[in-house]
Amino acid sequence: MKRVQFEHSSIPYLFVAPQIIIIVVFFLWPAAQAIHQSFLLEDAFGLSTQFVWFRNYKDTILSTAWLQAAGFTLIFSALVTFLSLGLALLLAVKANEVIRGARTYKTTLMWAYAIAPPVAGLMGNLMFNPIIGDLYKFLNAIGWDFDHKLDAFDASFVVVLIAVWKQVSVNFIFFLSGLQGIPHSVQEAATMDCRSPTRRFWTITFPLLAPTTFFLMVINITYAFFETFGIIDTTTRGAPGGATNTLVFKVFQDGFRGADLGGSSAQSVVLMLIVLALTVLQFRFIERKVHY
Amino acid sequence: MASLELKNVQKTYPNGAIAVRGVDMEIDHGEFIVFVGPSGCGKSTLLRMVAGLEKITEGEILIQDKVVNDVTPADRDVAMVFQNYALYPHMTVRGNMSYGLKNRGFAKDEINKKVEDAAAMLRIGDFLDRQPNQLSGGQRQRVAMGRAIVREPKVFLFDEPLSNLDAKLRVQMRIEIKRLQRRMDVTSIYVTHDQTEAMTLADRLAVINDGRVEQMGAPMELYSNPATLFVASFIGSPQINLLPVKLSGQSLVSGDLSIDGFQDLPADKELVLGLRPDHLSLSADQAGSSNSALKIRVDIVEQHGADNVIYGELIGAGSSMDGEPVEFCVKTGQANIPDIESILDLHFDVADAMVFLKETGSRLK
Amino acid sequence: MNNVNWRLLTTHLVLILGMLFMSLPVWVAFATSTHSAETILREGLQLWPGAHFVETYRQVLFVEGGVMKSVLGTTMLKNSLILGIGFAIGKVIISMLAAYAIVYFRFRLASFLFWVIFMTLLLPLEVRIIPSYEVVSSLGLLDTHVGLIVPLIASATGTFFFRQFFRSVPDELLEAAKLDGATAWQFFKDILVPLSRTMIAAILIIMFVVGWNQYLWPLIMTTKEENYTLVIGIKQIYQILAEGGELPQYQKAFALTILATLPPVLVVLVFQNWFVKGLVESEK
Ligand SMILES: Nc1ncnc2c1ncn2[C@@H]1O[C@H](COP(=O)(O)OP(=O)(O)O)[C@@H](O)[C@H]1O
Ligand SMILES: [Mg+2]
Repeated sequence: MKRVQFEHSSIPYLFVAPQIIIIVVFFLWPAAQAIHQSFLLEDAFGLSTQFVWFRNYKDTILSTAWLQAAGFTLIFSALVTFLSLGLALLLAVKANEVIRGARTYKTTLMWAYAIAPPVAGLMGNLMFNPIIGDLYKFLNAIGWDFDHKLDAFDASFVVVLIAVWKQVSVNFIFFLSGLQGIPHSVQEAATMDCRSPTRRFWTITFPLLAPTTFFLMVINITYAFFETFGIIDTTTRGAPGGATNTLVFKVFQDGFRGADLGGSSAQSVVLMLIVLALTVLQFRFIERKVHY
Repeated sequence: MASLELKNVQKTYPNGAIAVRGVDMEIDHGEFIVFVGPSGCGKSTLLRMVAGLEKITEGEILIQDKVVNDVTPADRDVAMVFQNYALYPHMTVRGNMSYGLKNRGFAKDEINKKVEDAAAMLRIGDFLDRQPNQLSGGQRQRVAMGRAIVREPKVFLFDEPLSNLDAKLRVQMRIEIKRLQRRMDVTSIYVTHDQTEAMTLADRLAVINDGRVEQMGAPMELYSNPATLFVASFIGSPQINLLPVKLSGQSLVSGDLSIDGFQDLPADKELVLGLRPDHLSLSADQAGSSNSALKIRVDIVEQHGADNVIYGELIGAGSSMDGEPVEFCVKTGQANIPDIESILDLHFDVADAMVFLKETGSRLK
Repeated sequence: MNNVNWRLLTTHLVLILGMLFMSLPVWVAFATSTHSAETILREGLQLWPGAHFVETYRQVLFVEGGVMKSVLGTTMLKNSLILGIGFAIGKVIISMLAAYAIVYFRFRLASFLFWVIFMTLLLPLEVRIIPSYEVVSSLGLLDTHVGLIVPLIASATGTFFFRQFFRSVPDELLEAAKLDGATAWQFFKDILVPLSRTMIAAILIIMFVVGWNQYLWPLIMTTKEENYTLVIGIKQIYQILAEGGELPQYQKAFALTILATLPPVLVVLVFQNWFVKGLVESEK
């Protein structure tokens, strides 16, 4: 903190008040509500409620539907993270190498950041539309019996592709700025010590990018868990048969469509724990980074 | 009337670090005081307590006989020049210099006049409408000074204001600061770790070590009459030559060396002999009643132009304070350029020699 | 020599493929949006612009029933702008104030309140959707701009960003200002805010895009069509296409995706340097 600070009794409270009030009303209170409701069971007409301990958890979390969604979310997150990071790293390394056209490449590779996930979802959805979508026709033409409305694998393929597409640009921006942050002198020293550019990349550049990569992994997992809601909601909506349900999409479905308050709340609480785990992971790493 | 007075001032930081351990001093109006000492000794802390930027843990600070312990920095009427200048980067030079006056409610015309006068004095009148990042280091330094002087404060405070400048500019600015201070006749405290800067600027300087004032006085007094081993070795460049010794009869003994002419010293204590490089000479006739027990084997000769500094190992001596062979250094005229590895006799006047108690560092002779 | 040329060639090839992968879908969306529904149905997606640009976009933007049941494209555009701009400005104000208090004041609850703010990172909207909806609805804020924007602006990202930035401002600046007699408010307004100009601009740009792209919250918050943002309109058009019916108006669906994409993309392109800076810095 600052060596010298202001000492006042009321002013700092006044300054933080707006944010704190909003947080209490719209974050803490609803979160507490969710936790509370996760222990309650409401009858079908919402007339009476009953405290049922962990029954909602048992009923929902152990249901096949939830386990299926959890399984899909894991695979989906792993794929999206791995593919979008890999693609972005490749592009960033190449974009960092060229001089001619560098700015054009950079611009065209990063601007998709500004596109909302549901917009990307709808665009992708139309590309794979059985009637007009050329991608749909193309995949069938090359002998892949492609039908994302009926086939779980094909549906997953569509959402993964769109989710990766949407995320490449963020990763690209961070990788490129990470690469540009590596001092020239280090690169020059490496050029003198090692002839092979590929070897140089894996022994010098990539390790130096490790902090960026780790940070991006957390960001990407979070993205795949939460922000892809808009993509799922404008493409498969969990179809076929819940095969592309993510956990977040399922919470939404169960809470708003199914009106299963207790069950949806229990799922929310589990999601809170997942976020907590991701955050702890991130901060433990940041602490470690400080020691370097 | 003292312009500034410190009474048993102490500082303990919230984390438990004790930075200042009880400092007393009185400073007269218009005096230029320098706090000098190694990094981390508490100089800045002391200065910042005067400015009001750090709370005083214990003791009192008085400005013109008024206790200011609980007065805010703005109301103490002091101005400070920071090491990194701390100019407001988004304001012009004029904006920087007038900000303090504006906050004090001066009229626009008056502010303009004061700013322009100060700018003229510092020769930055042409830059008034530039921003700090359009100025050189030396010019920024001047603006920082300008911001301090427009306010006509009771006390000027400087915290290592020259350490971000290159060597040549530093010497130039040093002279300018001194001149300005004379002209404005404002009580000033100047913090530095550089003993040359301290010696050349100060009316009086306070040598600080580990949160205490080891000795305070005029520069030459501290040079020729240091109260402790610390002061003796901190003041003076090149550093004083030190030789750990023991008394044996009337001689000081180290290894095979025995140096005569010392009386009234404790016989059973470890002592340290101190000889300034300019009190040693290569020929007997230059050094009054001469003692010539010391010989060095020449190692390096530094030619500074007007004089030379010769370094070499003291032959026959025991080990130095940190257990290495003892190295001595001599300042001589430019004509003396001995060969490397040649052996030289060193002469000195016993009256110039200082003797310290090794254990406490206090001066015995 | 030859070797180097090959490397350079593959490098450019990879980049060009990447560029096509990232940009071609959007281009196709635009090109297709300028053809008639019949053409699209007959020929599929289009690579080159057609003759129906004016007609389609006029319908979507200005004609009642042109794309939604009643709401005009321009109304959705306006709603999106309000959300994007309101979110960005609200967020900057709230987080600067909070960060200022936390960094520059010594007060008793400082670290406790910091942790409260930090907690928001653990509670993304997705984990508290239904109770949040209930709170907003019981406050009577459904279908209002306040209800839409305010709950979104309190998350910690902006506060962390400014906290980080304020901490990097040299300590001596506050000390000099104190000696210059500045009060807490004067220091904030005369020195800290002007000093943060580029940071503010960068964060405004990022937050405009983030606000514009909000989906889940407006989705559950807005019930009346006249409050739809463009991004929510996407959901509706999905619904309409899914339901089928007569001749599907694919060109309008594409036009809507283009309209929902264009403003944030323009902002990112025009302020590219600030945008990158803001993005990279804010995630530190
Ligand atoms: N804000 C602080 N909190 C804790 N300890 C400090 C702080 N500032 C300085 N110190 C400690 O107090 C001692 C004196 O510091 P300082 O006055 O800055 O020394 P100088 O200016 O002589 O180099 C040092 O040991 C330093 O580590
Ligand atoms: Mg200091």
